[in-house]
Amino acid sequence: MSVASFLIVFFFINYVRKTLDTANKNVWLDQQLVYLRHFSIALLVGQMILRDSVLIRMAWPLVLFGMVLAVFKLDFFRPVRSVSISLIPFTAVSFLSTFIQLINQDFYEQFDDYLNAARFFAFVWVFALWLNNRKQEKALENERLRREQQEQLSKVTEAQKNELEVLVAERTAELRLQKEELEKALDHLKATQNQLIHAEKMASLGELTAGIAHEIQNPLNFVNNFSEVSVELVEELREESQKETLDTELVSELLSDIEQNLQKIQHHGKRADSIVKGMLQHSRTSSGQKEAIDLNALADEYLRLAYHGLRAKDKTFNAKLVTDFDASLGKINVLPQDLGRVLLNMFTNAFYAVSERKRQQPQGYEPTVSIRTQRVQKQIEIRIRDNGTGMPEHVKQKIFQPFFTTKPSGQGTGLGLSLSYDIITKAHGGTLEVISEPDAFTEFIIRLPA
Amino acid sequence: MHILVVDDEPDVQSLFEQRFRREIRSGELRFIFTFSGEEALTRLEDQHSEIVLILSDINMPGMSGLELLESIRESHPMAPPLVMMITAYGDEDTHAKALSLGANDFLTKPLDFSELKQKLKDTL
Repeated sequence: MSVASFLIVFFFINYVRKTLDTANKNVWLDQQLVYLRHFSIALLVGQMILRDSVLIRMAWPLVLFGMVLAVFKLDFFRPVRSVSISLIPFTAVSFLSTFIQLINQDFYEQFDDYLNAARFFAFVWVFALWLNNRKQEKALENERLRREQQEQLSKVTEAQKNELEVLVAERTAELRLQKEELEKALDHLKATQNQLIHAEKMASLGELTAGIAHEIQNPLNFVNNFSEVSVELVEELREESQKETLDTELVSELLSDIEQNLQKIQHHGKRADSIVKGMLQHSRTSSGQKEAIDLNALADEYLRLAYHGLRAKDKTFNAKLVTDFDASLGKINVLPQDLGRVLLNMFTNAFYAVSERKRQQPQGYEPTVSIRTQRVQKQIEIRIRDNGTGMPEHVKQKIFQPFFTTKPSGQGTGLGLSLSYDIITKAHGGTLEVISEPDAFTEFIIRLPA
Repeated sequence: MHILVVDDEPDVQSLFEQRFRREIRSGELRFIFTFSGEEALTRLEDQHSEIVLILSDINMPGMSGLELLESIRESHPMAPPLVMMITAYGDEDTHAKALSLGANDFLTKPLDFSELKQKLKDTL
């Protein structure tokens, strides 16, 4: 019986120390438990030596009772309470049998078998519960391990997720950087395009300046000459008026000449004025506003400007200019600056083509550039034709592409015709066509909605 | 005593007529006006004997004044009329070229009419 008590006390102490981890969590209590264990070993040894000492026999139920009481009294033992319950019957039976033995030895001996049986069952019950408890704990332990594994797994997933997020953020930053760089490049390209368009405009203006100088010089000469001669005429008129017999025929002739001269001065003044205005208009950015203008006058003006522009650069150059203007055109709604640039470009190209052919074929060739305007059904047609070098098919297919030029490098931007094409088709809703034959002719046909 | 004036600007005619009104009225000078090199050549064919002097602009569309001069010197080598060239571009090259082609004088625009009158008086 004492062995059973010893076993229970010994293993229970071990169980408590292990389960509650008292060695780490409560050193003082751990110490007490160790003392209790030593005490129980001493008790067992003492009992073996002293043989059925009443004192020692009484000690076992007290130790058991004290343990159970401590477990139920102190909160620290809460986790081991369920196991302690298994000790209660055994403690009670031990108490009872020891108590009976002390009071009435006879009575005890009479019921000895029952008490021993009860103690045996209580002992078995302790182990049964204990085993059951261990089984449950193992199941719990397994469950805990499973949880831990899951947690570990989710931690790994979490880590991977974080890693991925970092990667995604890096990629996004990279892409954003690239996007910004591309946007910057696009802005640069747009700026460059604008600069090129501006440069093309200025280049064509440069081609114009000599022509403009000539075209302004001519009317100015007339203004000067006619005003000088008018002064002379007035002088003559005054002399005549002082004579006694007035030559009325001469007076009226002088007067009509003066009148005519004043009209001519006005005419040439306006001519110079319109050229200057045209030049300013050409260098200005397009207002985007269509105006009703005399297309024939615009075409004639730019034909002369282009011709004299080229002549100023190459004095040996000469060409026959043929104009065939449809007087019934009336005013046409166009963007004057833009259309002027297109016409200038066409004329410049035409003069370039005839001068090239003249260079190749100095004898028996008469360079001719012609312009014809006419109303065809509901359209205005402008045909600009030259009998210059012409173009082979593969060149013709590319002439409206930006930066395509047949001129030696540095002589053309290659933007003239591509800009012209945009101006006619996009800004005016018209069409621009070209027909050509090598060493024969080139003809540009502009059709504008009337 | 005919003077053939060649210029593509039509107003040149009235300018000359007014500038030389006294000379024209007195019959001292007579002018024939043409407006291109080609027209000048035809008039020269028709009235060759009457024309004593040609005043030609250089810068004209079609046949230029220099080409006109060249063909005059080629087709009338025996009895050359006097040819005076007028140009807005008074540069050395054109001047030299005109003289080498057989021009008698070289004037620049704007024309100084008193100078021209003096030259006409001297040469005719």
